[in-house]
Amino acid sequence: MSPSSDAKTTPKITAQVVAKVAHLARLDLTEAELALMTTQLTGMLDHFGDIDKLDLSAVAPMAQPFPIKNVYREDVVVPGLDRQEVLDNAPAPQDGRFRVPPSNGSES
Amino acid sequence: MTSEFVSVVDIVGSIREGKTTASDVLEQHLARIDKRETEIHAFNHVMAESARANAASIDADLKAGKERGPLAGVPIALKDNMCTRGVPTTCSSKILEGWKPPYDATVVTRLQQAGAVIVGKTNLDEFAMGSSTENSAFGPTRNPLDASRVPGGSSGGSAAAVAAGFAAASLGSDTGGSIRQPAALCGVVGVKPTYGMVSRQGLVAFASSLDQIGPFTHTVADAALLMEVIGGHDPLDSTSLNQPVPSLTAVLGQGVKGMRIGRLADMPDGCEPEVLARLDAAFAALKAAGATIVDIALPSLSYCLTAYYLVAPAEASSNLARYDGVRYGLRVESADLISMYGATRAAGFGAEVKRRIMLGTYALSAGYYDAYYGKALKVRRLIANDFAAAYQSCDVILTPTSPTVAFPIGEKTSDPLTMYLCDIFTIPTNLAGHAAMSVPFGTGAHSMPVGVQILAPALGEPTMFRVAAELERAS
Repeated sequence: MSPSSDAKTTPKITAQVVAKVAHLARLDLTEAELALMTTQLTGMLDHFGDIDKLDLSAVAPMAQPFPIKNVYREDVVVPGLDRQEVLDNAPAPQDGRFRVPPSNGSES
Repeated sequence: MTSEFVSVVDIVGSIREGKTTASDVLEQHLARIDKRETEIHAFNHVMAESARANAASIDADLKAGKERGPLAGVPIALKDNMCTRGVPTTCSSKILEGWKPPYDATVVTRLQQAGAVIVGKTNLDEFAMGSSTENSAFGPTRNPLDASRVPGGSSGGSAAAVAAGFAAASLGSDTGGSIRQPAALCGVVGVKPTYGMVSRQGLVAFASSLDQIGPFTHTVADAALLMEVIGGHDPLDSTSLNQPVPSLTAVLGQGVKGMRIGRLADMPDGCEPEVLARLDAAFAALKAAGATIVDIALPSLSYCLTAYYLVAPAEASSNLARYDGVRYGLRVESADLISMYGATRAAGFGAEVKRRIMLGTYALSAGYYDAYYGKALKVRRLIANDFAAAYQSCDVILTPTSPTVAFPIGEKTSDPLTMYLCDIFTIPTNLAGHAAMSVPFGTGAHSMPVGVQILAPALGEPTMFRVAAELERAS
């Protein structure tokens, strides 16, 4: 993926890019899903190119409806969630913990 | 309001006066569920047993002279993306099937403290992503007024539950129109409050800067009452506004004399003529009641769809990263952690959720962030500026809620963009963080209901509810 900080919002999206994004999103997509997703994302991004005609150079981004500062509470101990109730929801609890497979896979 | 159903206000009054009991009211609603739920599929989970116990306890307390709150004995349904302790909360997704939250959402606690009887958890588009409730992993909900048509979405189950008389009121969540559009398509009242007015604590997050909980009801007065119960500051939600809900039930009779009602000078294409005719009738009714109609412009309106469908998926891709098969929900076992994540998420999420996660991940990824997400945030500012300018010359703006009446099931499922266009009138409110509501105002094509949307600035709920009450009187 090439940097494109001031690029137009219409770069060609390829199957390779879609596969890379699927990996970033931790979604194992089938070949058929990858092909469909490439077509559909291309269609959407084409449509979303409409904002390219706007001059946004002097516009400040708006991530939240209202300016929000950090909200703090008093630093006092309050009861947390019930440990057993939480663990009852886990797919593989073990000795009061969440068991997971080994993390030393092929991830780069 | 359909005459066969009784409003929340009337239920509360009848129970208080001893004309009926919470148990009797509940049984009437459960009987309707028994009769039609198989056809409509409004619920993922009906809580008949706990509801009966709650109603009996309310009746016992009231008999003993104990106060049980402003909603004592009112059967209410909850969208199945609101946490209910010990009761399955699925978001209509296979990835959360069987999950029982270890806590209640703040709105659930407030409803219970007000004496409401929770009757069940309603169906939705998976993780609230959709406009028809066809994206549910557990099958679509049908429109109670015509079962061949969609109820709208994503809170389609909540809208259908009220329209079918399964509950006297319900709660939904609105990220881009998910309360207002199904309210319009099912012929009920639906409110998207100002961002921060209702706590999001315990609402499963979709797009956190846009999500807001609100009520579905048969009447405007019912919606006002529910807002007063569920609204107000919550220290558990850091985006909660630190101020009380203004009184809404008190303003409903104040009329609209002298009020300035904004009308879009340029109406976007694609509206059904019958929908536009009802909008014209709404303007005429408000004018007759003493309001002035003012032409206004929202020049950035047509760009809202792009801004929304970049911002919302971007936030969703981040929020939905938590479904990884480790602490709760589905897990597909695999040899190592990374492949377990990928396999679990592939098996647990449906097509629309995957599509939005992909879109959002792409829009946020290195090299594309500025071109997509960054630009979308700037367009978001433009629409907020448009509204600020428009509200210099008007108090509220009237638009259709949806460009069309309820469409047939299956009509828009093949092309995601066509479905996204359903939200053209509702999305701008969420981007700006303002208040809006849909009020039923007659019928359009196929005798299906048409909703008129009232847009108001942030914290403009009192004005918005006055207009809604006037439209209700005129309809």
